[in-house]
Amino acid sequence: MEYVALATGLLLVLTGLWGIASQRNIFRIIIGFSVFDTGLHVVLVSIAYLRGRTAPILDEAVSKGQAVNRIVDPVPQALVLTAIVIGVAITALMLTFALKLYEKRKTLEIESFEDLKW
Amino acid sequence: MVKKIFALIALAGIAFMLWGLFKSYRHQETLPRTSRYYAQKGPDELGSANLVTSVVVTYRGLDTLGEVTILFSVASIIGFFLKSRTQRELKAEGFRETSELLHTSTAFLVPIIFLFGAYVFVGGHLSPGGGFQGGAIIASGTLLLFLATPTASRGKTIISLVESVSGVAYVGIGIAGIFLAAGFLDNRILPTGRFGTIFSAGAIPVIYSLIGLKVGAELSAILYKLKDAKEDE
Repeated sequence: MEYVALATGLLLVLTGLWGIASQRNIFRIIIGFSVFDTGLHVVLVSIAYLRGRTAPILDEAVSKGQAVNRIVDPVPQALVLTAIVIGVAITALMLTFALKLYEKRKTLEIESFEDLKW
Repeated sequence: MVKKIFALIALAGIAFMLWGLFKSYRHQETLPRTSRYYAQKGPDELGSANLVTSVVVTYRGLDTLGEVTILFSVASIIGFFLKSRTQRELKAEGFRETSELLHTSTAFLVPIIFLFGAYVFVGGHLSPGGGFQGGAIIASGTLLLFLATPTASRGKTIISLVESVSGVAYVGIGIAGIFLAAGFLDNRILPTGRFGTIFSAGAIPVIYSLIGLKVGAELSAILYKLKDAKEDE
């Protein structure tokens, strides 16, 4: 099961990178980045998975004493929680930049921004 | 066309690297050392039933503070780049009247969405929830409000007020940890209480509620700025 999740995550990473590299429209590049980001989250969570274990939340089903043998790794999950929020913030920032670029040049084609090209 | 071929070659290289990562992945049977410490000592030390929450809010609390700071700086940068249209300009734009259906359902749903967001962040130490998720739910309620009334600009002051007050209170609780407990952002400034109840885990519910309010206000502010963005002449 964790191999399926890991493979899916890595495929999402590749899909996102392909989107970033091949698309010309800035909005599509941003969507590619979002897919890439999601793929990384899936990879991290799937690495944290331990076979036959449950979520790291203690209740009637998992008592304090059993926790070590019954739960999956909580640290990568906490990391992913952070990464999702940062991903949202970065996406908002990129969309703002795309808006500003459109205002300046009236186009979203990445080809027409050559100022830093040499 | 040539560019696509180059991109494809680069992608094949990355895919080769990722394939190595996939092949070298070995299934683990036990928790790594740090996680084992969190799982063994966490519940008794901090009193939080959700171990992810105890990692996010207390063990790695400084990271979370940094994350909230990043979110704040992103909101400020967006505010710096996008100039807001004034109320009159918004009115002059002549938005199409929103439908009766959207109006009524917004009035019905938005309070429930806000309440659900608050529930998610208040119960963050007991159930799969927390400040970031709750804040995102609250921001989705704000988005619904914007869709129903695109010209309105109510609540701008209250959003920035909630944002700054909760940010200052978060840091204040962190500093109180230095004096009253073991260190910065320690949650044991309040009694840890009975395990698994709403008033437990020391300051974790307070901190997570503040994070929830701050994230909700921050994301709402970003939405506001994107909604009111004005084109430069």
